[in-house]
Amino acid sequence: MNLFARIGSFSMSFIRATGRLTLFTMKTLSACVRPPFYFRALLSQMVEIGFYSLPVVALTTLFSGMVIALQSYAGLSGFSSEGVVASVTELTVTRELGPVLAALMVAGRVGAAMAAELGTMRVTEQIDALTTLSTNPFKYLIVPRVLAGVLMLPLLVLIGDVIGIYGGYLISVYKLDFNSVNFLRNSWNFMQAVDIVSGMTKAAVFGFIVTLLGCYNGYHSHGGAEGVGAATTNAVVSSSILILISNYWLTELFFAK
Amino acid sequence: MTPKIKMTDVHKAFGPKVVLDGVTLEVAKGESLVIIGGSGTGKSVTIKCIQGLIKPDSGSIQIDGREIVGMGERELEEVNAQTGMLFQGAALFDSLNIWENVAFGLIQGKKMKRADAKEIAIEKLRQVGLSPDVAPLYPDEVSGGMKKRIGLARAIATNPELIFFDEPTTGLDPIMSDVINDLIRRCVSDLGSTSVTITHDMSSVRKIADKVAMLYKGKIIWYGPVGDIDRSGDPYVEQFINGRAEGPIQMEIRG
Repeated sequence: MNLFARIGSFSMSFIRATGRLTLFTMKTLSACVRPPFYFRALLSQMVEIGFYSLPVVALTTLFSGMVIALQSYAGLSGFSSEGVVASVTELTVTRELGPVLAALMVAGRVGAAMAAELGTMRVTEQIDALTTLSTNPFKYLIVPRVLAGVLMLPLLVLIGDVIGIYGGYLISVYKLDFNSVNFLRNSWNFMQAVDIVSGMTKAAVFGFIVTLLGCYNGYHSHGGAEGVGAATTNAVVSSSILILISNYWLTELFFAK
Repeated sequence: MTPKIKMTDVHKAFGPKVVLDGVTLEVAKGESLVIIGGSGTGKSVTIKCIQGLIKPDSGSIQIDGREIVGMGERELEEVNAQTGMLFQGAALFDSLNIWENVAFGLIQGKKMKRADAKEIAIEKLRQVGLSPDVAPLYPDEVSGGMKKRIGLARAIATNPELIFFDEPTTGLDPIMSDVINDLIRRCVSDLGSTSVTITHDMSSVRKIADKVAMLYKGKIIWYGPVGDIDRSGDPYVEQFINGRAEGPIQMEIRG
């Protein structure tokens, strides 16, 4: 009996959370297209997400590109490996690892910070204070964050793509003794527009997921310091899971024959 | 004359816990009402309902004769543009400096130019006894009493017709409490505003109130002019204002 009660209450709270998140998403989207717009807030969030995430994204993609070059060489050395290493590196970085790893890093850095900031604002009544100062908290706090995420993550991924392929280049040329011109020519010839476009589209979706869940968890946090801590954890865990799941479906959408 | 605020039979429950159980209350224009009552009797929920931050389950709340229960977001923003609020913890925005906090309602709400808003903010800071030197500081660089003053300056910056004070003296020393009470009294009468204060500090009540309402278990059990509070003849009110543990009000130690 106890077991059924648990399953029941778990399902109930799951459905309730889904409904709340849907409402939150709709409110955010409707606030996106209604004035007033807070450009100053949008700009500072774009700097926060785009500029300050550059170092972590650059490091992650650099080392990913390096390790892919190394592994694909080890795994494929029986074949005409010079061309294959370049193309495998290019493909993996632009289509999959670039967007996914960048989004996961941004989830850890930005999503968590948003949940903590909005959560603290919630428990110290700063969000209520906004309302009493006739400022809609969705328009002032949430829309700039979500828009900045959707706009900046594709740019981060574009830069990450370049750095990731450069990582592959470094390993190929300085460790595996490939010809540098050949590597670059192979990468360039093999690259298709869809690689870059799909990666950037994924990045925009992930940017939406990270910032929306960061804001959602912070906005609905309660119960003081502990509640803010839980909101931060939930923001990172839920957005990481959603990134990985939606990545699969987006890949299927773009590339499944 | 239509009252500034008119609440009729307002009910609100959070799950099984009934917080407001039929609150009926009127505040006339220019009057200062103080709501007293122990912790957890629904004081905060009452003013959050009046501000539209919490939606009551049933009942009617009118401000200047306009029904705000079920009002659209846009209209509610208009009503809120006429109100100000001093929060218990001041609720200053810690990402903004002090003058930006005070000027927030002017810049974001009333679309005033930053330079003009800054002048007004500094004037309001002076009214609450703070020098212009504090204007560029951030909220985490000032003391609790100063935060309350800045919160007060922010609440009165837009010259609101209706001001709410949520436990304005909680956590302050007796002298600072008296200073804040004086400031509230003076600011409210300078602006000619209506005000609603919730507190459990009797010195605040005697200083700020024109009318007093006592809330107990989600109902108004006593309402009258502040002068009558010492001869209310109500055992609940007498226990509360004298701060006795013994009496008809039993503290619910286990929530």
